[in-house]
Amino acid sequence: MSDVPLSATVKSFLRHETILAILLVVVLAILSQQSDKFFTTANLLNQGRLMTEVGLIALPMTFVIITGGIDLSVGSILGLCAILMGVFWHNLGLPLPVAMVLAVLVGGVGGLVNGLIITRFKVPPLIATLATLALYRGLAEGISQARSVRGYPDWFYVLGQGDFLGIPTQLWIFVIFAIIAAFILGFTTFGRATYAAGANETAARFSGINVDRTKLLIYTAAGLVSGIAAVIFVSRVSTTRSDMGTGVELDVITAVVLGGTSIFGGRGTIIGTVVGLVLVQALKNGLSLSGVKGDGTIVVIGLVLILAILASNLFSRNGDG
Amino acid sequence: MSFEVSARRVVFPSALSRTLSAYGQELIILTAIVVLFVVVGTIAPRFVSQNNLTSIFVGNAYIAVAAIGMSMVIISGHIDVSVGSLIGVLATISGSLAVAGYPVWIAWLAPILVGMVITSFIGVLVAYVKIPSIVVTLGMLSILKGGLISATGGAWITNLPPDYLIAQFRLLGVPSPVWFMGILTILAAIWMRSAAFGRAIYAIGGNPEAARVAGIRVERSTVMIFAIHGMFAGIAAILFATQLQVIQSTVPPNLELTIITASVVGGVSILGGIGTVIGSTLAAILFAAIGSSLIFLNVSAYWLRAVQGLLILATVLADMARRHRIS
Repeated sequence: MSDVPLSATVKSFLRHETILAILLVVVLAILSQQSDKFFTTANLLNQGRLMTEVGLIALPMTFVIITGGIDLSVGSILGLCAILMGVFWHNLGLPLPVAMVLAVLVGGVGGLVNGLIITRFKVPPLIATLATLALYRGLAEGISQARSVRGYPDWFYVLGQGDFLGIPTQLWIFVIFAIIAAFILGFTTFGRATYAAGANETAARFSGINVDRTKLLIYTAAGLVSGIAAVIFVSRVSTTRSDMGTGVELDVITAVVLGGTSIFGGRGTIIGTVVGLVLVQALKNGLSLSGVKGDGTIVVIGLVLILAILASNLFSRNGDG
Repeated sequence: MSFEVSARRVVFPSALSRTLSAYGQELIILTAIVVLFVVVGTIAPRFVSQNNLTSIFVGNAYIAVAAIGMSMVIISGHIDVSVGSLIGVLATISGSLAVAGYPVWIAWLAPILVGMVITSFIGVLVAYVKIPSIVVTLGMLSILKGGLISATGGAWITNLPPDYLIAQFRLLGVPSPVWFMGILTILAAIWMRSAAFGRAIYAIGGNPEAARVAGIRVERSTVMIFAIHGMFAGIAAILFATQLQVIQSTVPPNLELTIITASVVGGVSILGGIGTVIGSTLAAILFAAIGSSLIFLNVSAYWLRAVQGLLILATVLADMARRHRIS
């Protein structure tokens, strides 16, 4: 009974991802022509390092957007967790591993609060997370009072600056998280509940899916992962500041939406998000290597976002009739 | 006789609740503003001095003006996250024209027209090509922001001609930004309440299909809503550009969020409401007053965003509770 719509859905996934993959290949080909520094192992691995924080947060954000929601507060949670890790360790004198775990847990609590506001009080996600965006960033700024924390022990920098088997440490973390996320979304009842909640919430409720619990878990995960991203961020740049992660939400949402996840909910894949993420990072890096100023690359990314969605809209409309 | 009394009993609460549902959000914000001014004014009398009031209203009027257009966009069921970048671009265009020696009316008119062209383009992509507005404006945010910094390098525009600085004019002793904020808010509120097109904005946001069946041309109206939003962004850009002697040609940080927040807190939450534009203007004033009051209460400015966040949450939750009670 569900064979026909399911295969149609699979086709539409393939269609967007195919377009995106072709686009990625074309972009990589052009960029490698533009600069011989682009297609070197060292450069590509370094780019993997730079995209990890956005990439990590983009994974739960894919779930969030598939449920038809949005989370604008992830960048602020990142900033708050980074500050708190520094405060727990530097000011309160806790051992650094404990401080790291506590900071990540605070991220989870931040996400849980988002989820509660959205599910219990029925506040639209855009508005709820707009409020917590300001709140969490304000807490980070208020707690830090513009002071930064530096001087972390050497072992801590392994996370953000070290290698494992020749690959940047955080890239391993990202790949593992991406595989787990793809598995959960594609092969578990939780994944199916996520799609169902986004495609038709009322229908999902009637078919016995606990929509509120599903959303609560997803927003909590988004907070937790933002906390993990914060720890990696601090390790990568060696310092803690309250403005960390400002604007990250837009990068994350760009990667997810570029990857074919529908902002209306019910549609999207982790693999699409990963391709979207790589495309954005390749453009940023390749263009700046070929001499385009940093701000010019932002323009191109905006254009690519609109054009990619435009192309996939046109194709899918032709296909669905 | 007894029937009339009982009828009046029924009518009175429903009229009250209708008033509450129509103006509840505005009343909450207005109360918050009054309480804030009374409390902070008692603790620190200089808070309600002429100088400080002027700086609160004049320095933030452009946010209220931009929030009028944003409210229309949000009520119609869309959003524009690029408006901060747009205002940055338009302010730069306006200032550059003024410095280049063009007549001031061109420097005032150009940002309004350019703003309308850009937002109309957004509206076309949203309405006819069916790309979600958050995606279009996310892309537009990158394009405008990147384009502006690439073109200008964030340079300062100086030597602005004095007759161009419209935000520094006064009429009857009241600074012009306050006039702009007040008059535009009242006009927009009346227009949205009584004009057919104003009603159509609510209809489209409430249920596009029903609006279509009712004979509203949803696509064309959506483009027009975005165009009107661009007009307000243009006016806001002029007020922003002319409030000081110089313009920094970059995008003011967090501006889009401040504008969206003002609309959301004051405007978007009322079901088929009336006077939501008044709500967004009040919310913009409230935020400005809170920012200023922290200074007078000797609270570190670093806590400002946290206070704003709590305030948004409180208003939104109060609104949800009120709506629950009415329905």
